[in-house]
Amino acid sequence: MARRGLSTRRALEQHTFPPVVTALIVLIALFLGVYLPHLFPRYDFLDLPLIIVIFFSVSQRSPMAGTFLGMIVGLAQDLPTNQPIGINGIAKSIVGYAAASIGLQIDVDNPLNRTLLSFAFSLLQSAILFGVRHWMLGMPGYRGLWLHELIKAGVNAVVATPLFLLLDRTRSDS
Amino acid sequence: MESFFQRYRNGLVLIAVLLVQTIALATQVRRPDYAGRADGHHIRLLRLWMNAILSPPEKLLTNTGHGLRNAWHGYIDLRHTRQQNLELKSELAQLHLREAAIAEDARQDQRLRSLLEFRQQYVSKTVAAQVIGSSGSDLSRVLNIDKGSRDGLRPDMAVITPDGIVGKTRNVFPTTSEVLLINDSSAGAGVILENTRLRGILRGSTNGVPQIVNLLPDNRIHPGDKVVTSGGDRIFPRGLAVGTVKTIAPDPDHQPYTAITIKAAADLERLEEVLVITETAADLKAIPASELTAEEAIATKRASEIVAEHLPGLHDPGEAVPVTKPGEKPVPVTPEGPAKAAPALHPDRYSPGAAAPAADLTPGAPHSTTSAPPPTSTPHHAATPKKETPE
Repeated sequence: MARRGLSTRRALEQHTFPPVVTALIVLIALFLGVYLPHLFPRYDFLDLPLIIVIFFSVSQRSPMAGTFLGMIVGLAQDLPTNQPIGINGIAKSIVGYAAASIGLQIDVDNPLNRTLLSFAFSLLQSAILFGVRHWMLGMPGYRGLWLHELIKAGVNAVVATPLFLLLDRTRSDS
Repeated sequence: MESFFQRYRNGLVLIAVLLVQTIALATQVRRPDYAGRADGHHIRLLRLWMNAILSPPEKLLTNTGHGLRNAWHGYIDLRHTRQQNLELKSELAQLHLREAAIAEDARQDQRLRSLLEFRQQYVSKTVAAQVIGSSGSDLSRVLNIDKGSRDGLRPDMAVITPDGIVGKTRNVFPTTSEVLLINDSSAGAGVILENTRLRGILRGSTNGVPQIVNLLPDNRIHPGDKVVTSGGDRIFPRGLAVGTVKTIAPDPDHQPYTAITIKAAADLERLEEVLVITETAADLKAIPASELTAEEAIATKRASEIVAEHLPGLHDPGEAVPVTKPGEKPVPVTPEGPAKAAPALHPDRYSPGAAAPAADLTPGAPHSTTSAPPPTSTPHHAATPKKETPE
């Protein structure tokens, strides 16, 4: 009975997006991620690709889709950098999976929930990146700046809420 | 009944994805200095494709922004341009004069250094480039510029601005390149403290502050000391500005060395245009003769004066030298007139007497080649000022 109720709720609230629109939004987010720091040096607080991964994962409510989307976005984000490819891929794969899994349990259309989710997942990504860089790769001299990460999470949460409302217009209701 | 794989499908997919990416990371990482190593062929191909997707819109937006800015500055914001132009021309003339003097000193320095068989590299050729984008990551300090291999760029070329060094080219694609900034954690440069002449290695850090490592504590180092490139890394020519010392503190990770943080001379956060050094030369190029007219005459005069001052008290070859016999007191020799310079064995334009007297020189007159006097055995007196007898 519980499973039927769950699949019924999923059938009612699961959203789909045209693949082209998804790809375009991801590309725009990646492009803005590399171009805006050139105009605004403090832009590195904002992680647009992360916000996009969270949005699509909670909207589609499919852990597998969220995992793959996070992996692709993370790998694409690693390519223009000086770092080995896979650091952001690992972090965003986990974030995509977690976001989709939580999307099955709570109402993710509520703006307050969206803000809190964005804040929490931004911190989760920071923790994963710290783990990968510090323990997996042993980057010399790398120290997590937790105040910086808190501010980053706050900025991402503030930007995510109105951005989610804008991106809601791109979904094709199932 | 669901199988194990169907029941935990999502988790297993996540584990598989993470495993693949971890293996991919492991194949890229080579200890101890993995970030400085070149990518493998397949990795470079992926970066090339991503660069091909991101570079065109970056270039388009940058060029559009510059076009709008040029339209503003070129047509709308032209107030006080004429006055500014006159002031700049005057300043340029002053700088030309100074440049001629400095070039002369540099040539002299070069002659002395060549005697010591010391050779350093001078900037010979540069390519100007616009910054069109960045890496987008706060831990990876990489810029994209709009020049690539088709413009003569190669990996490991120095990138500078008039204020100071910026970094070096890392990945070079056909029409764009990646520049690794000096404050990136994988960047490094050989530097020297200008005052104390202490050599060190400049390294970036994860928080974006460059610092000099491998220097022992030294009380001669003070905040505000200038840091320049040493040329030892064979990438940055010697003498380019790096920055100034900001703080000096013990390095907790590398005892007993100090961590000297540097404030970069170039504003690494707001770079728009950079110069890529594509060629260096061992000698200074000669300044074109058309740019040196009166200035060269002034420099020549100064050089001959210096030579005359540095060779005082020599006897003329034709003059009999008084010989003091044992037991006799030496006869004091009173030189007549000012100190005379011995005639040069291989006279050139810097030899005494090769240039016309100062009273005969006219600033701004076209340069006339003065032939060096042939070496003679007769004494050659230095030019004496004409004395005007009062009536």
